[in-house]
Formats: sequence, structure tokens, C-alpha cells
Amino acid sequence: MKHTITVLVENEFGVLPRVSGLFSGRGFNIESLCVAPTLDPTISRMTIVTCGDDQILEQITKQLNKLVNVIKVIDFTDQPFVQREMAMIKISAEAETRAEILRIVDIFRAKVVDVTPRSYSVEVTGAPEKIDAMIELLRPLGVKELVRSGPIVLGRGAKAWKSAE
Amino acid sequence: MKKTGSQILLECLALEGVETVFGYPGGTVINIYDDLMDSPIHHILTRHEQAAVHAADAYSRVTGKVGVAIATSGPGATNTITGIATAYMDSIPMVIITGQVPTPLIGNDAFQEADMVGITRPITKHNYLVRDVKDLARIVKEAFYIARSGRPGPVLVDLPKDVQMATAVFEYPETVELRGYKPTTAANPRQLEKAVDMILQARKPVIYVGGGATLSDVSEDLKAFAEAIQAPLTTTLMGMASFPKQHPLSVGMLGMHGTFYANMAVTNADLLIALGARFDDRVTGKIATFAPHAKIIHVDVDPTSIKKNVRVDLPVVGVLPDVLPRLVEGLQSQPERLAEAVEATQGWRDQVEEWKQQHPMAYKKTKSTIKPQYVIEKLRELSDDDAIVTTEVGQHQMWTAQFFDFTQPRTFVTSGGLGTMGFGLPAALGAQAAFPKRQVIDVSGDGSFQMNSQELATLVQYRLPVKIVILNNNFLGMVRQWQQLFFDKRYSQTCLELPIDFIKLAEAYGAKGFQATKPEEVEDVIRQGFATPGPVIMEFKIAREENVLPMVPAGAGLNEMVLAS
Ligand SMILES: Cc1ncc(C[n+]2csc(CCOP(=O)(O)OP(=O)(O)O)c2C)c(N)n1
Ligand SMILES: [Mg+2]
Repeated sequence: MKHTITVLVENEFGVLPRVSGLFSGRGFNIESLCVAPTLDPTISRMTIVTCGDDQILEQITKQLNKLVNVIKVIDFTDQPFVQREMAMIKISAEAETRAEILRIVDIFRAKVVDVTPRSYSVEVTGAPEKIDAMIELLRPLGVKELVRSGPIVLGRGAKAWKSAE
Repeated sequence: MKKTGSQILLECLALEGVETVFGYPGGTVINIYDDLMDSPIHHILTRHEQAAVHAADAYSRVTGKVGVAIATSGPGATNTITGIATAYMDSIPMVIITGQVPTPLIGNDAFQEADMVGITRPITKHNYLVRDVKDLARIVKEAFYIARSGRPGPVLVDLPKDVQMATAVFEYPETVELRGYKPTTAANPRQLEKAVDMILQARKPVIYVGGGATLSDVSEDLKAFAEAIQAPLTTTLMGMASFPKQHPLSVGMLGMHGTFYANMAVTNADLLIALGARFDDRVTGKIATFAPHAKIIHVDVDPTSIKKNVRVDLPVVGVLPDVLPRLVEGLQSQPERLAEAVEATQGWRDQVEEWKQQHPMAYKKTKSTIKPQYVIEKLRELSDDDAIVTTEVGQHQMWTAQFFDFTQPRTFVTSGGLGTMGFGLPAALGAQAAFPKRQVIDVSGDGSFQMNSQELATLVQYRLPVKIVILNNNFLGMVRQWQQLFFDKRYSQTCLELPIDFIKLAEAYGAKGFQATKPEEVEDVIRQGFATPGPVIMEFKIAREENVLPMVPAGAGLNEMVLAS
């Protein structure tokens, strides 16, 4: 089962390998990982998507909490949350496919960010499933390159996770 | 006035109450060693960095203080790895200081550079690379705090040479501010209430005690708790000395080489109260048949230990010095129910007693060859009550655990989690440095002894009168036992063909040596060894193919013990 975990960490060198080492040292795969500083520049926020049963996830969460540089771990599995991912896609664009590509871009509220006589580069954001769907539609038209950011998440409601309250 | 990094380091150590450190010099710690000459801190020069770390580890195990070891960068630092991993697996509070190449050279494959923060990440509780001398005092303060609080463990401080030479105003912080590190101490009262209830309802309770009890010095509380509920109590290797085997409620050690009656008690229990233990595979055997009828209460300071290997019905996160008295209080606040429970469990205690009578810990004595178990029994008989015993790893370690009846906490020092051959001699060195007047005995095998035998030099140089007992079977005995039982007696590379003259070896270092080859010589050699001042080797030529029994084969259940060869 897929799990999305948010981890607030000290914004210091060497923290990332501690977190990732926890996963690799136990044979767990990280499916995606996003990191950037928060409003408080001394804290970074990581969003990690991983796979595993509940018991494995409980271990991971506890192990993460145990790291001295980890301030807070939030498992979003049982909470409502908004999830967004960004992708950039380079597509072959020949005369006969250009219109179709633009139509798909339109439907997904994506954006063309670079154009050449033979290609389009488009940017799309949304839930990971939406991006999957768009890629599936574009695939037959000739996707040349794809880059995905991995999702970031925000809990629903007024409550905010800032630091170690 | 400003001070250099190396001066700051040593002042911090002194302020942390460090009296003795163990280490080995080199280019990137030469400044520290220079300042050591003007410091009140006593330094013991081992003959290998691994030994320095084991010695500091054992110093901590016997005193409860944080052990400190120092090594130079590169090879000195990498030599500490086995020592650090050993301490990590047994949750020993330590601070290891390694020199590092100057900060501008880090990452350049400079001479004697090794990425210690990277290498030790999975075997330290935490580690630091100090990049600015202004951070040094805070980091050392944090290192000691992290090492000793919560579930203890080793912390490494990697200190580049230029940081040691740079200067700063020295100010030792009063407190530690770590927003990501807040170990739980007081257990949740509701969990404790539930625990009391489960205990009062149990009819076949067993207390299972691990190294956490040793580390938190709760022998007295443990006794009070066990006696309050009158439950049989079993310990792991690491918990052993915290509860005397002579106590009527003790059923000795459980697990792979545990007693028949401890393993039977656990297998038939309806409640298992785990205290500072982590359900290691050497303890549980096959998980599916481990304590199959029992509800499990697991008390541990480390939440990651709970539910890691076994299902747990009631997790209690907390430290034993807090939890045990509160449990006793909770039980005694319901005197009628408690009395009723104690009465209702009488049948269970009788059953356990019957198992004890059925298969007590025993071995076959012979006239012709020395039985290792006999040596251990004699050692107990002839040594002081407060003697500290360290071991290496192998059969001799298990015989010590089985046949040496420890009566006082922190008197048994052994590598449980990592199982490090070569641990015992440097550990004895560290223990003796902590308690120069007490008897310190290293029970060793002929194989393990040769993994750090160079430390004889350190013992002699510092007049540390460690008594080394070598149970010589001329085999890597424990591996040979597995080969005999599970590989059709194909003794691949476990016969140590070359007989070593351990007596001459002792003499070469300026120590003394005695040897026994017959059972009737055992007592004399032990008496002579204890009576001789200074470090001594007592070598016993033991029955070569004696096995450690009982044994639960790897992967089998605790109820599937092999009792006799
Ligand atoms: C550093 C290290 N290497 C290998 C092992 C595997 N091992 C466990 S016990 C053992 C044999 C130990 O022989 P010895 O010290 O003579 O003790 P005995 O079992 O004969 O009493 C070995 C090789 C180990 N535990 N540690
Ligand atoms: Mg041997």
C-alpha cells in the first residue's frame, strides 16, 4: 500500500542521507521525495511517498521520529489531504499531431512552456492520477522526455503543521 | 580569553565528569594529545583503536558513565568501527572522538581521510562533523546528552584538525536545546493501569528482562516487582546480572542457549511482561511459536523496539526506574486482588518448579578431561562476589552465561547484539581501569583471544591486573558445534591447527601464565592465578568437542530444544 509521509527536519547538511539511509538500510524503497525549506528557514519539509504494509510503515515512522534531526513526522494515510505533483513533458509535435496535443493540454489545464518546429514542452500540475492520465493520452503521440516532481501534500482544514508543537 | 578547539574539547570532557579516556594518537589528533599533557584527564594508550573503543564501552558498562575514546582520522577512525557497532547494538552510552583532515581538504581524498559521519551513520545514535570551532562546545554537550539519555548509544564527533587549532571563547552551555530529540521518560498512566489489570488477571505470568534493566540500574525495583506478583523471571544475556539466578523466582536465561525451564515457562505463559528487552531472534526462536498463548506487555524507552519483531498487546513507552515503582504501587493499591492473583498463580509456580527439577542446568563430569562448565563453576566459587566478568564470543561466552551465577548488577560484560570476538580482553582492560581494586576476569576462547591479544601490553604497562581465563579447545568452538550438528561434522576452517603457547605469550608481554590440562589442576590454577599480582593468563585445555546445551536450533521454536548430544 502507498503511504505519503511528511517529515519536518532541521535544515542542515547531512540530514537527507540520514532519512534516506533509514529506508535503504531496511530494504524499503522511496518512490518519491520532495524537499525544500519552510517558512522558517531553519526547517525543511520533506514529502516522501513509500510502499509497504501498515506494520512496515509504523516502523518507518517511529524510526524517523527517532532521528535527532527530525522534528516532526506526519503520516497522511488516515487524514484528508490535498496532493499535487508537477510534470514537464517534451512531446514530438509533427504537423498532424500538433492540434491534438494542444487539445489535450487544454483539457488538463496544462501549459506549453517551450515550442520548436518539432516539439512541444508542456507543464502540468495536479493529483498524480491526473498526470498519469495525461501521460497516457500523450504517449501514443510520442513522449520524448518526462520529468515528474513527485507529489507534495497539505492537510485539509484549518490546522497547520509548522514545527514541534 | 580564547581557547583552541582541542583545549575546548578537553575542558568539555572534564566538565562532563570524564576521568579516563582510551585512545591512540595520530596526525589529525596530535593537537588534542598535546593538550592532554596539561589536562587532568587520564589517557590510556591501547595497542589498537578497536580496543580503545571496547575499553571505553566496558568502562561505561561497569560504571554507568559515558565512555570516551579518541582515534586519529582515516585508518585510526575506521579501526573504531567494530567497537562502535558493538556499543550501538547493546545501547551503550559512548562518545567517540575522531580526528578529521582539515575542512578545506574534506572530500578531496586527502591523506588519511575517511568519511566517518557517512560510515558510522547506521551504527551511531547520532554523529557530528564539527565545521566551526564556535559550535564545538555545544556539540560536545549535545553528544553526551544524546549518548546517555533515552535509549543510550554511541555518538561520534568528527573533529577536523583546523577546527582543533582554531580559537573561540569557551562557554559551556548549561542546557541542551534539541527540538527533534525529546526522549519519553514518564510512562502514560492509562497504559500502566491497563498493565496492572492484565497482571492481576494473568494466571501464568512470566517476566522477561533485557539489557534495559542493566542500563537503568533497576535491580532493586525489579526484585520488588517480581516479588509483588510472584512471577517467574527470565533474563536475556544482557539483562542477566540485574537479577540473581539464586532468587527462587529466577528461571535463568531464555532463548537459544537458555534453560529448559525458562523456555518452557515462556512457551506456556499467558502473560509475558517484557522489560527493556527487544525480542531478538536469539531470544525468540521461531516467532510463530514464541509465547503463543501469551498476551504481551512491552515496556521500553525506545518506541521502535515495540512491535518490531512480535505482536504486542500493551505497549508502554517509558523508563524502568519510573515504570516499575509505579506498577508496584498500582498493584499494591488493590491488595485483595493482588493477594488473590498471587494465590491463583501458585499452580503455575509449581509447574515451573517441576520443569526446573526435570532438566536443571547440568553437564557430564569426567575424570580425564576438563569440562569448561566445571572451570566456570570453580571460577564463581573462588572469585569475589563483586568480581567483574567479561567474555569474548563463542561457546565460552555461553558457558559463562549458563554456569557463572552473577549476583550483582553490572558485573557481566559481554557483547550481546553484535557478538564481537575480541571484545572481552579490551573490555576487561576498561573495566579494570574503572575499578582498579576489584577482580576483573576475561573469560576467553583460544580463537577470540587472538583477535586483540596485543592488549596484554596495555594491561602490563598500566598495571591492570586482569585475570584472563582461556578455555582452550583448539577450535572455533561455537562454529564447530554448528558444523557438528547441522553440517554433518564437516569441520571447515574451524580447527585452529597451530597450538599457541599462551604461557610464553603472556611472558613475552611481562605477564604471568598458568596452565591446567587435568580436572584436578583446575582449582590450583585458579587459586594461583588470583593470588598472582598483575595480569595473568590461566589456560585450561578443555574437552575439545564439548557442546553448549540446551540449544534451540536456529529457526526452531523455543519448545524444540536439543537437551543432550
Ligand atoms: C569478529 C568475529 N568473527 C567471527 C565470528 C563468528 N564466530 C562466533 S563464535 C566463533 C568461534 C569463537 O572461537 P573461540 O574464541 O575459540 O571460542 P569457543 O567457541 O571455542 O569457546 C566465531 C568464529 C564472530 N562472532 N566475531
Ligand atoms: Mg575455542
